[in-house]
Amino acid sequence: MNIVNFFIRHQNEILQATLQHIWLVGIAMLLAVAVGVPLGIIVTRHPWLSKPILGGANIAETIPSLALFGFLLPVPWMGERADRLVIVALTLYALLPIIRNTSTGIESIDAAVRQAARGMGMTQNQILWQVELRLAVPTILAGVRVATVLTIGIATIAAAVGAGGLGEFIFRGLAMVNNQLILAGAIPAAALALLADSILGLLERRLRPARQ
Amino acid sequence: MTPETDRALPRESIIEFQNVSYRLPNGQTILRDLTFTVGRGETLALLGRSGAGKTTALKMINRMLDPSEGNVLVESKATVSWNAIALRRHIGYVIQDVGLFPHFTIEQNISLVPRLERWPAERTRARVKELLDLVDLNFDKFAERYPHQLSGGQRQRVGIARALAADPPILLMDEPFGALDPLTRGELQKEFQELQRRLGKTIVMVTHDVGESLLLATHIALLEDGKLTGIYSPPEFLAAKEPMAAAYVANFRMYEEAERANEHR
Repeated sequence: MNIVNFFIRHQNEILQATLQHIWLVGIAMLLAVAVGVPLGIIVTRHPWLSKPILGGANIAETIPSLALFGFLLPVPWMGERADRLVIVALTLYALLPIIRNTSTGIESIDAAVRQAARGMGMTQNQILWQVELRLAVPTILAGVRVATVLTIGIATIAAAVGAGGLGEFIFRGLAMVNNQLILAGAIPAAALALLADSILGLLERRLRPARQ
Repeated sequence: MTPETDRALPRESIIEFQNVSYRLPNGQTILRDLTFTVGRGETLALLGRSGAGKTTALKMINRMLDPSEGNVLVESKATVSWNAIALRRHIGYVIQDVGLFPHFTIEQNISLVPRLERWPAERTRARVKELLDLVDLNFDKFAERYPHQLSGGQRQRVGIARALAADPPILLMDEPFGALDPLTRGELQKEFQELQRRLGKTIVMVTHDVGESLLLATHIALLEDGKLTGIYSPPEFLAAKEPMAAAYVANFRMYEEAERANEHR
């Protein structure tokens, strides 16, 4: 009962923080797709680049988020604003699943389909856009889904460097030993993650071409 | 056509291999010094064991591969001087695993090359209808379906229709009926024979099926270890003394003998 009252009383602040959270994650995901999908395509075209690209993304993935925020703080343009810094960090975390799923999605296309496409005189670009990417979309979306859920969680730590978001409540609650405050951040964050997961999951199933 | 009349008529060569060799980057030789011609309207079967280089030779005709040495001429022009995309759209291509696009309907699959060539929508649609007719599939029933909803034989029919879409003068077929069950294969081979008679395409097909070669080909080229052992008309092939050809014929006759043996049981 207490918690419900708390949510109602603070609904404006919670809504504000949630929108900010969505903004941070949304921009980071757009950037991650814009960078990760082309990198994933490059990996399929030049296998020798697969180690450095996937390795780099893998390393980014292993850096603890708080430490990554710390590393990025002295970087000139980024350190100026907390949200810039957080968006770049979240983008780095989101890259690995997107790059990996893009290359896996393209590489798992039936060799006969690719051979037929080439043999019928499709250009490299036509094969990429009309065949490879189209068939890889569900797999790429699965990567975006994993990355989104991951970054929604990590974004709560953004409050530590003052970028706001739902982490604000969690940090304040921890400092004040107030469970209601912690839940005011944790519950919407979990709900966001579940919502993103189901929407992207639905999209992924809709776009999967029927198979035997 | 007997060999005599064949030689008497001036034969317009559509595909010509001139001392063609192909080596892999690691130096392994796949084809050595291949020389032969395919005339307009002829069907050449490339026959040989797996790994003899049949598919490699086929892929050189539509520039999926370029020769390491020698020249492949298509319509008297070296393939390396052709624009690869233009060359491929000029040549129909059918492969064993068909390779239909799983995210395209049957109509979209068949109309791919016409769409790439920017045919008007009406002409494309009429062509798809005509082609489905040609391979004996009902337009209203199949046009909107997806490849996974078709049987193996139906898929290969669509594969053939797709290859014929822009009416290419040349057709390449890589074991087109190899993945089908024997009954379906027989039906398709028979229908294809009829189709070939009507369309008069120049065809090169890869096969290791002697029966298929005898049924569909005007010439049989025997490949062994990347080398051409000989080119025969079907009657010449059946009478050939060359050991490899004779072995194929003996293998083929094995079934006839089994049939005769069972008649007397």
